[in-house]
Amino acid sequence: MAARLFALLACLATGLAPAADDMARERQAMVEEVAAMARAVGSGALDPRVLAALGRVPRHEFVPPALRFAAYANRPLPIGHGQTISQPYIVAAMSDLLKVSPGDTVLEIGTGSGYQAAVLAELGAAVSTIEIVEPLAREAAGRLQRLGYAGIATRAGDGYDGWPERGPFDAIVVTAAASHVPPPLVRQLKPGGRMVIPVGALFQTQQLMLVEKRADGTLSTRQMMPVRFVPLTGGH
Amino acid sequence: MPPLAAVAALSAAALAYEVLLLRLFAIIQWHHFAYLAISVALLGFGAAGTFVTLARRRLLALYPASFGLAAAAFAVAAVACFAAAGRVPFNALEIAWNPGEFLGLAAIYLLLFLPFFCAATALCIAYAGFGAHVAQLYGADILGAGLGSLGLLAALHVLHPADALRAILGLGLAAAALAAWPAAKRAAALLAAAALAAPWLLPAAALDLVASDYKDLRQALRAPGAQVVAQRSSPLGVVTAVDSPRAPPRHAPGLSLNAAAGPPEQIALFVDGQAAGAVTRFDGDLAPLAYLADTPSALPYRLLAHPRVLVLGAGAGGDVLQALALGARSVDAVEPDAQLVAVVQEDLAAFSGRPYDLPGVRLHPAEARGFAAAGGERYDLIQVALLDAFGSGAAGLGSLAESHLYTVEALETYLARLAPGGLLAITRWVTLPPSDSLRLFATAVTALERRGLDPSASLVMIRGWSTATLLVRNGAFAPAELAAVRDFCRQRAFDTAYFPGIVAPDANRFNVLARDDFFEATQALLGPDRAGFLERYKFDLAPTSDDRPYFFHFFKWRSLPEWLELRRRGALPPLDWGYPVLVVALAQAVVASLLLILLPLALAGTRRDFAAAPPRLRRRAAAYFLVLGLGFMAIEIPFLQRFTFFLSHPATAAAVVLAAFLAFAGLGARFSARLAPGARWPFAAVAAIALLYAAALPPLTAALMGLAQGWKILLTVLLVAPLAFCLGLPFPLGLAALAARAEALVPWAWGINGFASVTATLLATLLAMHWGQTVVVLIAAALYGIAAWQFPRDDAPGEADSA
Repeated sequence: MAARLFALLACLATGLAPAADDMARERQAMVEEVAAMARAVGSGALDPRVLAALGRVPRHEFVPPALRFAAYANRPLPIGHGQTISQPYIVAAMSDLLKVSPGDTVLEIGTGSGYQAAVLAELGAAVSTIEIVEPLAREAAGRLQRLGYAGIATRAGDGYDGWPERGPFDAIVVTAAASHVPPPLVRQLKPGGRMVIPVGALFQTQQLMLVEKRADGTLSTRQMMPVRFVPLTGGH
Repeated sequence: MPPLAAVAALSAAALAYEVLLLRLFAIIQWHHFAYLAISVALLGFGAAGTFVTLARRRLLALYPASFGLAAAAFAVAAVACFAAAGRVPFNALEIAWNPGEFLGLAAIYLLLFLPFFCAATALCIAYAGFGAHVAQLYGADILGAGLGSLGLLAALHVLHPADALRAILGLGLAAAALAAWPAAKRAAALLAAAALAAPWLLPAAALDLVASDYKDLRQALRAPGAQVVAQRSSPLGVVTAVDSPRAPPRHAPGLSLNAAAGPPEQIALFVDGQAAGAVTRFDGDLAPLAYLADTPSALPYRLLAHPRVLVLGAGAGGDVLQALALGARSVDAVEPDAQLVAVVQEDLAAFSGRPYDLPGVRLHPAEARGFAAAGGERYDLIQVALLDAFGSGAAGLGSLAESHLYTVEALETYLARLAPGGLLAITRWVTLPPSDSLRLFATAVTALERRGLDPSASLVMIRGWSTATLLVRNGAFAPAELAAVRDFCRQRAFDTAYFPGIVAPDANRFNVLARDDFFEATQALLGPDRAGFLERYKFDLAPTSDDRPYFFHFFKWRSLPEWLELRRRGALPPLDWGYPVLVVALAQAVVASLLLILLPLALAGTRRDFAAAPPRLRRRAAAYFLVLGLGFMAIEIPFLQRFTFFLSHPATAAAVVLAAFLAFAGLGARFSARLAPGARWPFAAVAAIALLYAAALPPLTAALMGLAQGWKILLTVLLVAPLAFCLGLPFPLGLAALAARAEALVPWAWGINGFASVTATLLATLLAMHWGQTVVVLIAAALYGIAAWQFPRDDAPGEADSA
């Protein structure tokens, strides 16, 4: 009886959040949904390592307490300060495009809640992340520390000039809106490195731009829709 | 004695409030949601008709207290409900993900409904109580509406939109005082005192505009140290300048990845909270502007040596600096928003270096089309800048983003201003899958064909990853020029989407797309199967015209199932939501209207007077006031747009045209009292003038576009006068006829007219998007025919009229 009462109190104390194993189940369901979406409307199967990383990061810790019930829904969520935590599918698609290997150095511009950084860390990368909105940067740093992502370097500030002291980087992800690709970031990308930039409105499925630096230092870019929508049918 | 002054004052306050809400919503949200919320709010007019029908005896027994109370309630609700609506948690962007957002939207509807319901109840009481004076009442009503909208636009030159709410509070209370005066002098004096004092006593906190968290301005102000350094307000929008030393804007759309440097120090500009470019620091040294050679919009400068340049939509001055940095001989800069220019030239003078005063630069405070059409000097280069942020300003005038900047006629006008061999350059954002840059290409093809030029020899389109630039040459491109285009693109890693003689390997080399729809589409648009391609493409890319100027409307119903399927699978691809929102607003308006029209019929048994009216008369009254409401707006809206376009300058144009329409309709209403009750000629006159204008106005206005502004205003007023005068006749004629036969039906008929007007506002826009404004006018003319046939009389059909 006492144990049950204690469980109830514990439940109340955590904002009636479902138990940890419920969260794990929801997380697994989310991973399966993301994988299915990639096959159905994306460009094909995602890297299993990316899916595994998604399955390890406790997304519910990265959303505001009032929205925990929706933490594992495959949708973007507001996290305050006019920022969002991206849709899990987009996080997966971007991580997949970055082709991160264990030991790679990765720079992220726009930490937000820290979810993308945690996923990249789960892929074995040494992540450095910068956020301009100070309260967000503080909260994310504390959260990542608490969840055991102590290897992620966080900083509050403007991301335009990158983080040269920690560069050059194997991969860069720019989640903050930009009217152009900041030249300092291009410089901090290693030859053979990849940069991903989502382009488009918040809360919509954005197009993704991939910048690749060839071994000789020249650049190539590719633009893709993370969902398949062919604007022309018939006659071709 | 009917309360003419009170009706005019209240009508002025209510209309000013409606126009102001569009402005306020453009600031705190996005314009389509303003459209939706206000369409529902206007149903307050219809609901008031039903309410007064059902409670007629009691309300009339309490007159003038009932009128005064309703007017005072409007004044208070106008402020209180807006303040409350701004605090309802609602995120428009999240609506497709979170159905819970609809609750927020519904709460905003209900709140905005209240003030309109109160104002309309007061007006309807006046009509119900003074049926014999319909002509004067309607005249005062419509004249007040004209003065209200005109007064508001004037007020917005000196007042911030939030402070304009104070004036509406005062005006509403003044209307209550005017109504109370003949019967209760002391109450009237108290109300008058309140009308004078309340606007000053209202605390600023109550009028705080809480913008959505996701608007660009709010985002920019979150950076540490960011602060507003200048702000100016006009009917075109609120211009805000933000200095953010620790996270500067670095606005350089389309900058090449190969660029060695980004932009120098900048101050960000916002119009109604949406990003509108940036002011770049300039002290006369051109070296820091070198980055401007590395954007797609720099291409024409590679092809022209020391051109005479015309910049349309100069805004913050970025394109002017680009022209100077890249060797322009002279720059004529056209910008309609004087406040925006004042921020750049005066408030930020030390920072901006007053770009419009630089040697060789001339500023023209005008709208692009009007300036281009006026004739005069020819240019080597006409640059049309990215002007999108100003769409929110236009929304305040009640349109779903029309743009006369990118129509076939517009492009023809620009081409006519080019010197031989001159270039027209238009830059747009790249969207995927491509939509607006391809529509622009299609529009240019048509414009060139109309001028007898060969489009396949005169067009070049290049794209970076974020912007695309279209060049239209006045004449065929020379081989050396094409070599320069390829060279320019290769150095900057831009792709050529089209140039004369392009083959597939020339395209899609640097910024690689899985499928290069830019190349395929431009080929198809110049090939033999253009019509088939436009049919098959999933966005509407058909060239826009002045008759159908909805450049940003790409939606095709055929694509909807695919979108919904993608949504079901977890994606939310970008879609222009304005159109579906308009359709939802229309459906809602129709359903709510029908319910409110039918309610009094359902309850008629309990209302003796209403039930006593002959069923034939009730049917006719319903039909007559329904088609009249639809027809009036279906004529007014297209001609408002047509004349506003003719007068070019958006703020003065809207004020002049709206005021002329309402003033002459008011005169017509007064005149209607002198007509025989069965007169039918006004219907024929409306239809005839509308049809004549539909046919004659487009060529006439096109030919006279270059006249001096004073003459254009005079001509507009003269042309509006007969149409508006006749439009003012049928409503009071019908209402007077109805009042003479069954007074109990008057508020009901008034309400039906109200719903129909709301529905027509949305429907006219929707139909114009599909078939153009001319078709809308044709339908309206037919509706006036039906109105003449269904005039409210109780004789059997086919019997001779008493006239």
